[in-house]
Amino acid sequence: MNVRKVFNSGKPSEFSALNGIDLRISANQVTVLVGPSGCGKTTLLTIIGCMARPSAGRVRLGDREITSLPERFLTEIRRSTFGFIFQQPNLIKGLSALENVMLPAYPLGGRRALLKDKAIRSLDALGLAEKALSKVEWLSGGEAQRVAIVRALINDPSVVIADEPTAHLDRTLSHRFLEIVERFKAEGKTVLITSHDPLVYESRVVDRVVKLRDGRLEAEA
Amino acid sequence: MRAWIEKQRYLMDFTLSSLLRRKVKNLSLLLLYTLIVFILASAMFFTDSIKKEASLILHGSPEIIVQKVRAGRHELFPIRQIDRLKTIRGVASVEGRLWGYYFDPDVGANYTFLVPTAGSASVTPHNASTDVVGGEGDESAGAAVPSTEPLYRVNLDTLKSGTAVIGHGMARLRHAGTGDVMAFRAFDGTSMNFRIADTFSSKSELVSADLIVVTEVDFRRLFGIPVDVVTDVVLSVNNPREISTVATKVAKVLPDARPITRDEVLRTYDSIFNWRGGMMLVLLSAAVLAFVIFAWDKASGLSAGEKWEIGVLKAIGWETADIIQMKFWEGAVVSLTAFFTGAIVAYLHVFLLSSVVFEPALKGWSTLYPQFQLTPFVNAAELTTLFVLTVVPYTTATIVPIWRAATLDPDTAMRRVGE
Amino acid sequence: MRRSTMFLFTMMVEVVVLGLLLVHAAFHEESGRATLREKAALIARLKLTDFCLFPEARYTRHLSQADLHSGFQDHPFSLEHFPSGSFTAPPRDLGRSVHESLD
Repeated sequence: MNVRKVFNSGKPSEFSALNGIDLRISANQVTVLVGPSGCGKTTLLTIIGCMARPSAGRVRLGDREITSLPERFLTEIRRSTFGFIFQQPNLIKGLSALENVMLPAYPLGGRRALLKDKAIRSLDALGLAEKALSKVEWLSGGEAQRVAIVRALINDPSVVIADEPTAHLDRTLSHRFLEIVERFKAEGKTVLITSHDPLVYESRVVDRVVKLRDGRLEAEA
Repeated sequence: MRAWIEKQRYLMDFTLSSLLRRKVKNLSLLLLYTLIVFILASAMFFTDSIKKEASLILHGSPEIIVQKVRAGRHELFPIRQIDRLKTIRGVASVEGRLWGYYFDPDVGANYTFLVPTAGSASVTPHNASTDVVGGEGDESAGAAVPSTEPLYRVNLDTLKSGTAVIGHGMARLRHAGTGDVMAFRAFDGTSMNFRIADTFSSKSELVSADLIVVTEVDFRRLFGIPVDVVTDVVLSVNNPREISTVATKVAKVLPDARPITRDEVLRTYDSIFNWRGGMMLVLLSAAVLAFVIFAWDKASGLSAGEKWEIGVLKAIGWETADIIQMKFWEGAVVSLTAFFTGAIVAYLHVFLLSSVVFEPALKGWSTLYPQFQLTPFVNAAELTTLFVLTVVPYTTATIVPIWRAATLDPDTAMRRVGE
Repeated sequence: MRRSTMFLFTMMVEVVVLGLLLVHAAFHEESGRATLREKAALIARLKLTDFCLFPEARYTRHLSQADLHSGFQDHPFSLEHFPSGSFTAPPRDLGRSVHESLD
């Protein structure tokens, strides 16, 4: 599968976060967006991930033009194609780790036994098996981050999008995260990360680093 | 279809989990909601049953009662005028009734003194054909029906002077039973003793709790009523369809009289406890309004936390429709639970616990209040109305505000994260 | 147990209980008929007209027989001395004249 994104944005407004970006992201690669805070990394990410629409310009996924799709289809694409890992784990409080992991699959209405099985196996893969039934409030920062990663993967997305994933992690945990990213790559997933953490963009896992400044592409490393 | 059901169950799972997260708040809401349904349903069950009971048993009451009115007040009826009523075409029989009130200062209760009219004389061709079984002429009226205990055992026709048959409520209040002697103060201040010959069964308290049935001679002596007058007269007519025509004729023959037809009696009880009832309405509407405000605030106000949660759900792939369905279940879970629990408890309250909650209000000032068990008549249509009036608005109130939040782009809600 | 299972189970139990209560009602209505007939017979025998619901005053004891000008005949919204006044409406035919017009 070839994932291609072409993005043109020209926001005339004063607070325009992005100003005419033309970017193509290839499949099966790890791409990192780098830049100072406020340069529009997260905005770009949400647009790519179909969470927000650009004010102008187009986004294409494979051969499909997805900017003009109605919200329902966007959600469908978001659900089946993208897995999101946020700066914060963003887990729903009051639910167990297992339930949180299963959440993205709820609207699909699959058999619960199968889903639960899959969720437990995925949690196990990241060493979280014994934490499956504990409430997310009781998890440590690193555990919560890993639960969030498992949640991002429950619907088997082909693209994993991570927004500042290591911002709240210490060195060891950041390394663990990069090991996980490596595993994604091995599984043939496309990974897109924003970061201003050298640990991330200087990692050998990363195939391509895209630099952003003031809403424009700067140069490519 | 299977996937759809599974999906709804997933949404239910989620909604129940989030409801349980704010346990105290949501449980108190549920409790309050249940209480409102309980009060409404209790009032409904009670009202329906008492109305139905009235319509069934008051069919046995006299077809026309003629009261004498002087200067706007009820007056004793001169016996010599009875013959004039008998001349009206369509009238089958005319009889005088003797009854009145006696205030007992010792217990602060009102009794109703009553003289039974001659049993056999009151049987008319028409009355025998109504669905009132047991026959008025048959002395032990209850005995005609097998399987159950009769309401009373003595022959009212041969009631002896100096004896009385009293209602169960009165017997309870005065701790009196068959064989005891009760003293009453007559109109002239002298004391009159009555030996209790029998009490009406507790089953009939709703109609007989405060009755004290005595002979005509004793009644006249107690109240000092001359022999040429009665309290009022009852008319029976040949053809029940002519009741109102006869009533009009009565008013023509005796312009100072006020005829009261059986229909009017029945209608009096049809309008009892209706929704316009003042205190009931005032109290209930205040309670309902308070609940509506509370529920609206609870159901419709989306906290920042909830908005954030919706953002997360959308970001991980939930559609707007999924979120709305999830919220629908939130409203449905609360209101369905409240409705069914409230309705069940209300039924038990009214029909098994004799409406203990309402009793203080119903009793009012009376010291002699009947203890009665209502025959359960449940109006399915009204129960359905209550269902619609409670479940639908609440569920709607839960969904409406979510609509706005759910149509936001997920990142709008997500942006709050870093804060 | 799954939460939705618990909820659906509770709902089912409640619906069944309510259903049983309605059956209970139907059953009791049937068996209560005998008592109702007895009460109707008693009413007919003693020529009674009213329920003994509010025995506190003469005009509340016999609602249908109360005279035209007693306090109780006011509209129920004007609460008078007794709470029972708020539960009952005045007889519907109260103002109706049984006499021909005087004109």
